[in-house]
Amino acid sequence: MTALGWLQIALYLVVLIALAKPLGAYMADVYEDRPGWRKRIGAPIEGGIYRLAGVDSSRDMRWTEYALAMLWFNLVGGLVVYALQRLQAFLPLNPQSLSAVSPDSAFNTATSFISNTNWQGYSGEATMSYLTQMLGLTVQNFVSAATGMAVLVALIRGFSRKQATGIGNFWADLVRSTLYILLPLSLLLAVALVSQGVVQTFDASPTAQLVEQPLNYDQPKNGPDGQPIKDASGSPVTEHASTTEQSIAVGPAASQVAIKQLGTNGGGFFNVNSAHPLENPTPLANFLEVLAILLIPAALCYTFGRMIGDTRQGWALLAAMTVVFTALLASAYITESVPNPALVSAGIDGTPNANYPGTNLEGKEVRFGIANSVLWATVTTAASNGSVNAMHDSLMPLTGLVPMWLMQLGEVIFGGVGSGLYGMIMFAIIAVFIAGLMIGRTPEYLGKKLGAFEIKMASIAILIPPLLVLGGTAVAVMVEAGRAGIANPGAQGFSEILYAFSSAGNNNGSAFAGLSANTPFYNTALGICMLFARYWLAIPVLALAGALAAAKTVPASEGTLPTHTPLFVTVLIGTVITVGALTFVPALALGPVAEHLQLFAGK
Amino acid sequence: MTTLTERRGTLAWFVEPALLRPALVDSVRRLTPRYQWRNPVMFVVYIGSILTTLLWIQALIGQGEAPASFILAVTLWLWATLIFANFAEAIAEGRSRAQAASLKSARRDTMARKLARADKDAAQTEVPSARLRKGDLVLVLQGDIVPGDGEVIDGAASINESAITGESAPVIRAAGSDFNTVTGGTLVLSDWIVVRISVNPGEAFLDRMIGMVEGAKRQRTPNEIALTILLVAMTLVFLLATVTLLPYSLYSIEATKAGTPVSITVLVALLVCLIPTTIGGLLSAIGVAGMGRMMHANVIATSGRAVEAAGDCDVLLLDKTGTITHGNRQAAALHPVATVTSQHLAEAAMLASLGDETPEGRSIVALVRRTAGLNPPALEPGAFSIVPFTAQTRMSGATFHGREVRKGALDAIRAWLAAQGGVVDPEVVTRVEEVARRGATPLVVAEGRYVLGVVELKDIVKSQIKERFAELRRMGIRTVMITGDNRLTAASIAAEAGVDDFLAEATPETKLKLIRDIQAEGKLVAMTGDGTNDAPALAQADVAVVMNSGTQAAKEAGNMIDLDSNPTKLIEIVEIGKQLLMTRGSLTTFSIANDVAKYFAIIPAAFASTYPALGALNVMQLTTPASAILAAVIFNALVIPALIPLALKGVPYRAEGAATALRRNMLIYGVGGIALPFVGIKFIDLILSVVGLA
Repeated sequence: MTALGWLQIALYLVVLIALAKPLGAYMADVYEDRPGWRKRIGAPIEGGIYRLAGVDSSRDMRWTEYALAMLWFNLVGGLVVYALQRLQAFLPLNPQSLSAVSPDSAFNTATSFISNTNWQGYSGEATMSYLTQMLGLTVQNFVSAATGMAVLVALIRGFSRKQATGIGNFWADLVRSTLYILLPLSLLLAVALVSQGVVQTFDASPTAQLVEQPLNYDQPKNGPDGQPIKDASGSPVTEHASTTEQSIAVGPAASQVAIKQLGTNGGGFFNVNSAHPLENPTPLANFLEVLAILLIPAALCYTFGRMIGDTRQGWALLAAMTVVFTALLASAYITESVPNPALVSAGIDGTPNANYPGTNLEGKEVRFGIANSVLWATVTTAASNGSVNAMHDSLMPLTGLVPMWLMQLGEVIFGGVGSGLYGMIMFAIIAVFIAGLMIGRTPEYLGKKLGAFEIKMASIAILIPPLLVLGGTAVAVMVEAGRAGIANPGAQGFSEILYAFSSAGNNNGSAFAGLSANTPFYNTALGICMLFARYWLAIPVLALAGALAAAKTVPASEGTLPTHTPLFVTVLIGTVITVGALTFVPALALGPVAEHLQLFAGK
Repeated sequence: MTTLTERRGTLAWFVEPALLRPALVDSVRRLTPRYQWRNPVMFVVYIGSILTTLLWIQALIGQGEAPASFILAVTLWLWATLIFANFAEAIAEGRSRAQAASLKSARRDTMARKLARADKDAAQTEVPSARLRKGDLVLVLQGDIVPGDGEVIDGAASINESAITGESAPVIRAAGSDFNTVTGGTLVLSDWIVVRISVNPGEAFLDRMIGMVEGAKRQRTPNEIALTILLVAMTLVFLLATVTLLPYSLYSIEATKAGTPVSITVLVALLVCLIPTTIGGLLSAIGVAGMGRMMHANVIATSGRAVEAAGDCDVLLLDKTGTITHGNRQAAALHPVATVTSQHLAEAAMLASLGDETPEGRSIVALVRRTAGLNPPALEPGAFSIVPFTAQTRMSGATFHGREVRKGALDAIRAWLAAQGGVVDPEVVTRVEEVARRGATPLVVAEGRYVLGVVELKDIVKSQIKERFAELRRMGIRTVMITGDNRLTAASIAAEAGVDDFLAEATPETKLKLIRDIQAEGKLVAMTGDGTNDAPALAQADVAVVMNSGTQAAKEAGNMIDLDSNPTKLIEIVEIGKQLLMTRGSLTTFSIANDVAKYFAIIPAAFASTYPALGALNVMQLTTPASAILAAVIFNALVIPALIPLALKGVPYRAEGAATALRRNMLIYGVGGIALPFVGIKFIDLILSVVGLA
């Protein structure tokens, strides 16, 4: 740990919170369709889109209509992405002449991008044509994020409306999210990133002569099925190779990087994501990219407060998120700064100084160091982003537990754009229910009584992710196809699988690395997890929105549980942590905790 | 029957030995799948218990996954968990049933004089009271016990209702009045009445209430259903967390090449410890006990939903008379006119009231005695004659040694003076108006042709009612006073009593409208009532408490009956409702908070053979893996009977704001719930190792 490291983390938090109010207020204006300069510029385009699509954007939809529109739109989007991958060999903008993606990988990628997960089982630059990246993946980067925001806005309307039948218009929410929020912000960020040297080109990959001629290196040996071959002890078999030149992957990266950060997508243009020097070249680029991840999720809390007419409620949720986030970030930074005993026992000095961040640099970019790598790892898993600038597999066991657990909390600490906040509201409903009983009233949140139906929907939303994560992991460790993908034996190998399902089962998309997940088994299993995690949550949320909108609003009184106070924030945090901890403690004990204890016990 | 306050005094009212034996028998008898299925959380325990029992049998025949003694110990404690939960429910039901029975015991089976038609002199047949059906007509004479609940359709009688209410003063029940219902078991002291029986045998309010506390017939209330859904969701999460541990354990063993897989017994133990058995086992007991507490307060609730809604009320509509004020005006001050001494007025007022036996009259005498120090003069026969109040004169007074003293309303006195050639001085009119503006009733006192002054009669607000309303305000409950008085009087009393709002010149229509308006704002309304004209408002209110003295129509419209006919009871009812919800919430929090310690006990124990390093999590330093698991299971089982008194009595309720209540209950049941099992499990483990079971 260094003072400079802490300072960078503090700066990050200050800038993030400072931007929540202006952006949040702007987004509230967008969803309430208030007039302003935005409408003067955008109205013709917005109207044109509705006319082209033949939708009536002013019609108020019941929740069932809203949900059907959302599902229909996502289904079509998924089929397009699938088709583009399968047919890319016959389509333009494919200078590398990449062949069609395998059916299971294409399914996995399609579900991954429509569900805003952006799990990537493939290596981007070596698999997807420019057309697939732009027309398939980048488009979904926008609209999957906009879908999440639309569902959230529908839920907010459920709280703000009284005895209403409708919860808004999906098409209007979708188009406005994209046109007025995601596109302008992406444009700004993309230009800023290009100024820092992020590549943006349609040229094919240039080839460079290596400085060291020839370069000898070891590479993992793959079997005929494309999977790494392992020796008797389970370690991968490597073979010697040498080369004199290197093909440098380029492409229209900046535009995709901007939205992958802003839309909590996370699917990198390059396989190593934002650890790649052409995707994340400078400290400023790194700061902007990591800021962009939490920008919209944090600001949406303010939007929520504004739209329900009580900004304190929004700040309370943001406070709960920030407290959990900061605590976990600090603990990750501390555990990552403890020298690895295995290296210390080999005679390496672990004491950090101004020029030497410490022993634990495996899997990290030296230019980012420990603080920025840990910051990114925490941010990307707090939000359901999943982009990386360091490899999480190489984190110390307890540091690796932080990103894994942040996902297992249900992606509600900031979480995905829209989805994070609606997930958090589900937890708030549970917290209010129990806390409300404790003060002797049948519970109400934001003036809406919480009865059996509301609790049922919130329970489903909270139940689904653990079901997918724990169930998926259990299946994977039981079947041969699941165990085959593990790179490291023991507790670490277990963590790799648990991480993959935590990521897919919460629509994060971040990968621990280490696990070879581009196999029919993992592509299918994780694909199913991503679908259920997204839509089995979104549908109950919309059903809840419909029920809340139809309900009366109870005015607050002295006897009403205040939900904007530090006390309630504490109760909410307690609920999130308790549910997350109680559900995943046994699994975590067998993964990172066991590994940590073994490591520090000297075994 | 003792009164409410007396019964409150006995602290250990929940552990009556007579109830223990039947409850114990019941708790074993309820171990049927059909009964257990009603409670999803405990049903999981039930399945787990059967599973470990089978595993024990398997171990006995030599193929066990763990030592038979260990499996047996876990199995026995799992069954104990179920029996404890059944016991909690059975004891709560037993208590409520006993309470109902003590109310019911008043209804001795008597012979009733059944009439052929609605006429006192019609032909009579003797019928046992238990066989009377709705609509039957009975004649009840002086000294008879009223054979069943019903409505007086002819006659009037004074009745001793102490068997039901504990109040010994007789009450008048008369046909055609607002007080025309009688309750079975009460005694007619004088005169006669003809009663139309209003319920069939077994359908009386008391019978309905007994039905609601009986396990099999009990309907879950809306909040209970919502909570059960949450508990089921938690149970599923923990089911998932434990079931998946088996494959995880198998994988870990394969990966580390060390240890033995976690046994099914341990997984079942872990599951039962984690799922919310504490609240699951006590939930129905809490609900039944809530009904029981209502009965304990002499209130019969006709739906569990109403008890729950009581805790939720935002607005209480309270009748002025009887609830806020004593119900009769009392003399508060004397205002002599300028030419008269106060002593003179006092004397005249006393003389005018000596023969007036109404509370107002008596209060004037008391006031004069208190303030002027005058005692009534000796009343020689012939020297003193009483002029009683009549509908024509609307005055009362006396003639004493030729002095004509009268008291009455201003216009009545004016008419009387005019007849004798006297006039009312303008000063008197001013005095009268002053008094009226204060919300009091002016009574003019005159002697001969002159007005002496004005007596101010005031509604006396009950002592400490203002504090009760302040408490309610802190709880977030608004009070609205309902009165037939004019706005002026109402405003003055409202200010004195400290209610938040009032409805003056109330009629059944304005009452109903007020309730609808408040409900349209999304609030819940509670009210009390007794008359037939209250019925529409009672039916509209969310919590409607009907006085036992009220009419049958009012009783049918309400959802609670107060046997004491005490309108202030509404406040107590609200508290009982709140307590019910608080107990549910607090025990849910406690139940979940307990899980933290249980993880620390079981996880290291279950995986010690695979990852010995996990022993570092054994922060309680439990002796062996077997003793650790057993200690957690035993703690989990014992906490249920330990909390039965709390479930029955309810979490202590105080009048305070939401935030304060939440903070306190969170500290006790949340933080305490985390800490307590660490101590408890450690303690049980110590005992286990001392007695050598570990």
